[in-house]
Amino acid sequence: MSATGAAAAGEHPEAPLFALDVLWFHVAGSLCNLECRHCFVSASPTNHRFGMLDLATVKRHLRDAEHLGVKEYYFTGGEPFLNPEILPILEAALGQGPVSVLTNGLLIRSGTARALRRLWDGSPYSLDVRISVDGWDAASNDPIRGEGSFERILAGVRHLAAAGLNPVITVTEACQGAASSAGRARFLDFLREIGLPKPRLKVMPLLRLGAETGRTRAYAAWENLRGRTLSRDEAAALGCSSGRIVTSEGVSVCPILVDSPEARMGSSLEETLRPFRLSHSACYTCHAEGLSCRT
Amino acid sequence: MPDVTGSSPVIVDAGEMRRVAFLGGIYSNYLALERALALARERCVDAVFALGDFGAFGPHPDRSVEILREAGVFAIQGNYEESLASGADDCHCGYTDPRDDHFARISYDYTRDNTAAEHQRWMGTLPGHIRLRIGGRRALLCHGSPRTINEFLWRSMTPDPFIRRLLRDHDTDLVVCTHTGLHWSRFLEPGRGVVNCGALGRPANDGRRDVWFAVVEAEGEGVRCDFVPVAYDSERLAREMEDEGLPPEFSTTIRTGYWTTCLEILPARERALGRH
Repeated sequence: MSATGAAAAGEHPEAPLFALDVLWFHVAGSLCNLECRHCFVSASPTNHRFGMLDLATVKRHLRDAEHLGVKEYYFTGGEPFLNPEILPILEAALGQGPVSVLTNGLLIRSGTARALRRLWDGSPYSLDVRISVDGWDAASNDPIRGEGSFERILAGVRHLAAAGLNPVITVTEACQGAASSAGRARFLDFLREIGLPKPRLKVMPLLRLGAETGRTRAYAAWENLRGRTLSRDEAAALGCSSGRIVTSEGVSVCPILVDSPEARMGSSLEETLRPFRLSHSACYTCHAEGLSCRT
Repeated sequence: MPDVTGSSPVIVDAGEMRRVAFLGGIYSNYLALERALALARERCVDAVFALGDFGAFGPHPDRSVEILREAGVFAIQGNYEESLASGADDCHCGYTDPRDDHFARISYDYTRDNTAAEHQRWMGTLPGHIRLRIGGRRALLCHGSPRTINEFLWRSMTPDPFIRRLLRDHDTDLVVCTHTGLHWSRFLEPGRGVVNCGALGRPANDGRRDVWFAVVEAEGEGVRCDFVPVAYDSERLAREMEDEGLPPEFSTTIRTGYWTTCLEILPARERALGRH
């Protein structure tokens, strides 16, 4: 196996950009209607560090993405459904490729669910609504995502199911035991019980950034990739070898590192079509735990 | 995504043809393979190409390989052949979910243990890609995608701009692939696009027992693609799978026409079409 991203002694390796397959949009900026205790970008109702992306900005980058042959589009925040233009934005993206939108589900009421169903019906491509929840019940979820959030998340899930959409449920390892096979089985049963007969589940490791550093801990000094050499397969498994994210402050390497100035690679997609040095501790999580942000 | 096979894929040039049949994953369904070859002969094709994954899922993997070799089918490696020929300990199917992985493991171990060493050596001699011309159009045959043997090209996840990039990057008019198990095609203009020839190994998650292959022929400036349904003795196959101790989930798929495994890898739109 050929090696790539080789690091000189004591340096961090680089991830090449093999192809721009995945384009993320930080569509809600850092604004959120929850203030989750494990949020790695510390999104909250009062965090205005990143602004929202408007439809015109998204369309401009979509044109570049079309030229580059991008394969998938992702929308995240903050909470994407706080963006007043989110539906036309999703419609524009679905016009040229498959879309995933990452949401807490609180703003998905019946009208929004029906509107999403219309977008699904109007495109040949897949639309995935990814809803985050962190427990099987209010007692496990609410201490992490906020008082009363469990029932409101479930209401969003039920509205989607009623509209004939089957969301992907995302749970982090903040939910004790969710990553074990018994935990997964329990979660899948729970999803069937709440009206998802074909449950889809994604379990994500935690990132020791943002609010999570206060809930558990920050990265330790040894958690980094200094001096490592990545094989081509290992580099290909990293999101930064096939993706970029558009934010209000420019184009960054990945959705995890939007807060890191060193991850900002340019103002246009074209400027970011180059390798990225894996110098952040979060790069260790992606590599060591096989984290993939894709649906 | 790069070519992560770790070596430059061998490419064979098969010359110019008018009408050809493409067989996707056979998954040891030798009964459907026999019927598909008969149907291809009835259509007077110039050649038959098998795009890899001859084993997996079904019973008696040697039977399909022997039929392919005796019939003179042009074959390329799928991830199964690459894994078997290199002695790998798993199929490199590209699954990301523990349940999918569990069934993939059973399938691969059974296939490896029941494939003759000589057939495994033969698999190592197969090319990774084949180029040919169909009428005036250049076709590139691959297993998953032109760039990665185990990349899934699903209908709902393969947008037009991405197809344009594939055709441009790989200097071809037509990409012919399999790996997903679901057949589809899309042409951006006559003779330029993607044909995913589906699978002979199991039904298309549509409630029908039939399996599918593709016939592509020159037509005017472009090509025409027909997907051909294959009816075969599916009950016999299901019973043989049970006799071999393969999981009941597999024979249920053969009998019902709906997938029971590999579900998590399905995109939202393809998942919505099935029962599970």
